[in-house]
Amino acid sequence: MAIRSVMSGRWTAALGLAAAFALGVAAQRGGLVDQVAKYRGDIAFLSQQHMKLVAISGGLAILIGVPLGLWLSRPRMRGAAETIMQALNLGSTIPTLAVLALSMSLLGIGVVPAIFGLWAASLLPIVRNTYAGMLGVPPHFIEAATGMGMRPLQILSGVEVPNALFVTFAGIRTALAINVGTAPLAFLIGGGGLGELIFTGIDLNEPGMMLAGAIPTALLAVLVDFAVGVVSYWVVPRGVNPLR
Amino acid sequence: MIKLENVTKAFETPAGTVVAADRINMEVADGEICVLLGPSGCGKTTTLKMINRLIEPTSGKIYINGKDTDRYDPVELRRTIGYVIQQIGLFPNMTVEENVCVVPKLLGWNLDKAKQRASELLATINLDPALFLKRYPKELSGGQQQRVGVARALAADPPVLLMDEPFGAIDPINREVIQDEFLKMHRRLRKTVMFVSHDIDEAVKMADKVAIFRAGRLEQFASPDDLLAHPANDFIADFVGTDRTLKRLRLVKVGAALEPRAPTVVADDPLDHVLALMREHGQRIVMVVDPSGRPQGFLDRDIVAGLSGTAAEHRANLPATVRIEDDLRTAVSKMFMHDVRWMACVDREGLFAGFVSQRGIARLLGETYRAPAGIPR
Repeated sequence: MAIRSVMSGRWTAALGLAAAFALGVAAQRGGLVDQVAKYRGDIAFLSQQHMKLVAISGGLAILIGVPLGLWLSRPRMRGAAETIMQALNLGSTIPTLAVLALSMSLLGIGVVPAIFGLWAASLLPIVRNTYAGMLGVPPHFIEAATGMGMRPLQILSGVEVPNALFVTFAGIRTALAINVGTAPLAFLIGGGGLGELIFTGIDLNEPGMMLAGAIPTALLAVLVDFAVGVVSYWVVPRGVNPLR
Repeated sequence: MIKLENVTKAFETPAGTVVAADRINMEVADGEICVLLGPSGCGKTTTLKMINRLIEPTSGKIYINGKDTDRYDPVELRRTIGYVIQQIGLFPNMTVEENVCVVPKLLGWNLDKAKQRASELLATINLDPALFLKRYPKELSGGQQQRVGVARALAADPPVLLMDEPFGAIDPINREVIQDEFLKMHRRLRKTVMFVSHDIDEAVKMADKVAIFRAGRLEQFASPDDLLAHPANDFIADFVGTDRTLKRLRLVKVGAALEPRAPTVVADDPLDHVLALMREHGQRIVMVVDPSGRPQGFLDRDIVAGLSGTAAEHRANLPATVRIEDDLRTAVSKMFMHDVRWMACVDREGLFAGFVSQRGIARLLGETYRAPAGIPR
């Protein structure tokens, strides 16, 4: 299974590369490459800014989301947890652009409201998956652990979390993918990032500028997804990691 | 030793108080296997879980080796009691070695000692340590997982083992194998074992004592043979089945029904000597053995009377023999298979040891019904 998934991953990558190459050839013919290359300096600077937004908002979402999911999964939270999850679900139906707008109306313009908006957008998948992963740990593992004389914290860290980790990581992966893809909107409320090239390019009807923002955004999304995948491959114990 | 004194558990439910265990009294001696038996919802699992305080008794006392379990911190108590559940509960995120080392680590053993112990235990449950220590539970078969589950419970060498339907989820063939392995291991380790089961055959096979529960009450606490021979009431008689006397065949070894002082002759003995021997012992059958004592055949009075010659010339072949350490079920099964009323029995070396007959078995099994009063019920 592990080998097959790696293989299929490689095939997808190879196909993707071929398509990108074909697109590249087409772009070269149309003179697009030169137009995009013009913005080399901007791309480097804005990519950095973009990643900073993603790293801070995503990092905070993980730091808050994972403990929140763990806390909601505790037996004494059973009653309230479902209600809270429903509220969070409702929150996730609000479009990200609206979240950013709301955040701007509360915090003004700049980096802080942008980070807050991105954080809010990526929090939910992390909480939801952590919570679902924890609930998915079969009760008999916990019974066996209790019967063997493990204390609740030992059971949490030694049995429950490792067994929920794969699902939690899937949530983190989704959240960060959303985050990178949404981050261009941050430009609209003065947060900077690659959105600056995209939206200005659209406004000025300059495809080269637009692509100078869009292509790095897409590459970053793929890169982040890949990086989280690698981390989860190595961090989730082999016994509960379907990929290994 | 495990001793329960008036142990009661009442659960408060919206529908009122449910008494899951009602004033249970029992005592399991050191090194014995006690099977808690009964239909589902009868309180057997509740009773088991009160011993390691996964469920706190409402009232009553439980003693392990004379010590009141209430005086311990429940977590510390559980580390001194082995625990095996039906779903096994091996932690999938840990290797076999890590699973077995859980309790030793909790007890603060150093890592080398714990690993050494894991390796020894795997060898005792017939899993090659070199092959299995680093495997994950998902890489084991169900039977192997259950063996590791037992090894994990034994890791810190606890004097007491609690098992909640441990072999319930294993297919019948593997279950027999694992039961036999467990019994063999138990004969060596002599742990005091409490074992929940709903299978009367398993109870008869494993138990030194059987406790039958119904609706939270301990209905009968007796040895398997007593239970099968003298069920205390109709419920128990029903539960152990109408074939309960046949089940007793499993409990008794051929040796117990043996008629040992059977005359033997060797091949060269003349028939008149054989007939004299039959008269002297009042036996219809004489066994022909080789010089070392192995059975070669038999002579029947009705056939050889009036004939002459040697034993070798007239001997009939034995259809089959049973071993002295087989159970009576095996002996009876062989008798039915070969349509005979008696069989020759051999000892471990294959030497003739005596006869076992259908009449002898019937008499032995019937003894308990004819015995005078005073049988503990």
